[in-house]
Amino acid sequence: MIAAYLEIRDGKIKKSSLEVLSEARRRAGEMGLETAAVLVGASVAGLAPSAFALGAAKVYAVENPALADYSSQAYAVALAGFAAAAKPAVLFFAATAMGKDLAPRVAARLGAGLASDCTKVAVKDGALEFTRPIYAGKAFLTLRLKTAPQLATLRPNVFPLGEAAVASGETVRMDAVLPDGAVKGRVAEVLKEESAEIDVTEAEVVVSGGRGLKGPEAFALLRDLAAVFPRSAVGASRSAVDSGWIGHQHQVGQTGKTVSPQLYVAVGISGAIQHLAGMSSSKVIVALNKDPEAPILKVADYGIVGDLFEVVPKLTEELKKVLND
Amino acid sequence: MNILVFVKRVPDTESRIRIQHETRTIAQDGLNFVISPYDEYAVEEALRLKEAKGGTVRVVAVGRDEAAAVLRKCLAMGADEAVLVKDDAPETYDGLRTARIIARAVERKLGGADLLLFGKQSVGADNSQVPAMVAELLGLPQATVVTKLETDGVSATALREIEGGFEKVALTLPAVVTAQKGLNEPRYETLKGIMAAKKKPVPVITLEELGLGPDDLRSAVEIVGLDVPAARQAGRVLQGDPAETARELARLLRHEAKVI
Ligand SMILES: Cc1cc2nc3c(=O)[nH]c(=O)nc-3n(C[C@H](O)[C@H](O)[C@H](O)COP(=O)(O)OP(=O)(O)OC[C@H]3O[C@@H](n4cnc5c(N)ncnc54)[C@H](O)[C@@H]3O)c2cc1C
Ligand SMILES: Nc1ncnc2c1ncn2[C@@H]1O[C@H](COP(=O)(O)O)[C@@H](O)[C@H]1O
Repeated sequence: MIAAYLEIRDGKIKKSSLEVLSEARRRAGEMGLETAAVLVGASVAGLAPSAFALGAAKVYAVENPALADYSSQAYAVALAGFAAAAKPAVLFFAATAMGKDLAPRVAARLGAGLASDCTKVAVKDGALEFTRPIYAGKAFLTLRLKTAPQLATLRPNVFPLGEAAVASGETVRMDAVLPDGAVKGRVAEVLKEESAEIDVTEAEVVVSGGRGLKGPEAFALLRDLAAVFPRSAVGASRSAVDSGWIGHQHQVGQTGKTVSPQLYVAVGISGAIQHLAGMSSSKVIVALNKDPEAPILKVADYGIVGDLFEVVPKLTEELKKVLND
Repeated sequence: MNILVFVKRVPDTESRIRIQHETRTIAQDGLNFVISPYDEYAVEEALRLKEAKGGTVRVVAVGRDEAAAVLRKCLAMGADEAVLVKDDAPETYDGLRTARIIARAVERKLGGADLLLFGKQSVGADNSQVPAMVAELLGLPQATVVTKLETDGVSATALREIEGGFEKVALTLPAVVTAQKGLNEPRYETLKGIMAAKKKPVPVITLEELGLGPDDLRSAVEIVGLDVPAARQAGRVLQGDPAETARELARLLRHEAKVI
């Protein structure tokens, strides 16, 4: 069985988890294995239909009232309990804030190796091969895991969502057993950013600004441009972040976030190696720079040489027109 | 407070990575090695906590003899002690193996601590595995990717970055915390610190002393491929009237690239 752990935020399964389930189903199909989904929380079985819709034959609902708030320690106990009982050959997570926090704990509990932040999973000679960027994408490592179960986190936005399938399956409820006093850390509160903005790692379109913006004000132009697209976010270079023009959670690059949107638009960003590290797995890259020699233009699929203050508002207008066509 | 900080020696972020295909390894010559940038935030946080509350800061690296250089940097920043756990294995990209070494060192040799600080990920392996694995192996709570940490020495509150916001994590110490950029601004070493660091001993612990045998040290990861990405081809560059170029780009994105 290949199982996908499905992360719940605001009572819904996250899109990146549905991507992971879709990939689990594709690889399971190829290997002749069953596809399953795992939900963890206080009362989660009600979410099973979304997993059936993507082809899960079984949904495990691992429940305990103490799992209402996320705790890496408690969730690791719950998932290891699931693994011991259901014996999946493979367990996938999304490489999200929660997945990266949780998967290594589960791996250590099970004494199993983990492939982090994979961008490709393939079956070769009957075995899974995981490909993942290392050195911030300057190299790609392909590995096999020699321990059981095989655990991997998959990078959001890289694996396509599957087609909707037969919308029913078996729900298996499991009670999570949490030893008394074993849980010494948990999330006490979730603080959302005031804006309803989605995170750069989850956006399908990322519009990033750099030092060329010359100040925080010009980020308004980028927000307008991003707002043309439904699942979009504003990113930034480290220079823009270090200048205090925008919060560091927007930073893209080696010491910021790694993004792989459908469309990445770099505005007033020179294209330093540390910035490229965070965005070069984007599907299509657009760069806007006044300097025709800027390194970013060498990796961009489309470049515009011009003054951002003139071009960005025009581009926003033109994109609106095209999208309304 | 007694704080342990775990630091790794890595190629700096400017490095051009070259691959030795026969051995499926990264060529080491010509690389400039530094302390992994996130680990520097962890060291800085430890020093600030010590300055505010007293106690000691010990830094630990697992690696070859060369890793002593990053430990010396930490001593020069103000750490009290440094320990090298000597492991001659080349990069395994297996977080569990490193985590087992660290957890065992904490149990057998380092005598525990109130706080175990790490970087959120090591630059290079980019795994984000070791800290949470150590936490699990030692039965400690954790907060990863932290941009703000408050503690009274008994419990702690950490703000960790998540998609579109933050989680406030409540922890009972001892705990594992991993540093994200934004936690603080690391200090520079002073000349005095550098001179003092040169005189400090860096004791070495061997894997045998930790009682780790081949079974504990076998990698869970088998490397079957190592490649550089296909270079991205420079695409089409548009120049001229802003309105014209904007219109052309919008058209290309829809009809040629078909991404919008
Ligand atoms: C350890 C380490 C980690 C790092 N991590 C990161 C990271 O995660 N992310 C990151 O981004 N950087 C990172 N950096 C920094 C990186 O090296 C660069 O300094 C940084 O990316 C440069 O930002 P920039 O492109 O915005 O600024 P600049 O390099 O100054 O480029 C500004 C660009 O704007 C253009 N421009 C100016 N005015 C206009 C205009 N009116 N219209 C159009 N274009 C204009 C200029 O031609 C220029 O190309 C890191 C550095 C180190 C040492
Ligand atoms: N060899 C090592 N020696 C000491 N600390 C390490 C080592 N490898 C990883 N770490 C710590 O674990 C963090 C995360 O590393 P990783 O899981 O490799 O991304 C690093 O930032 C370090 O704090």
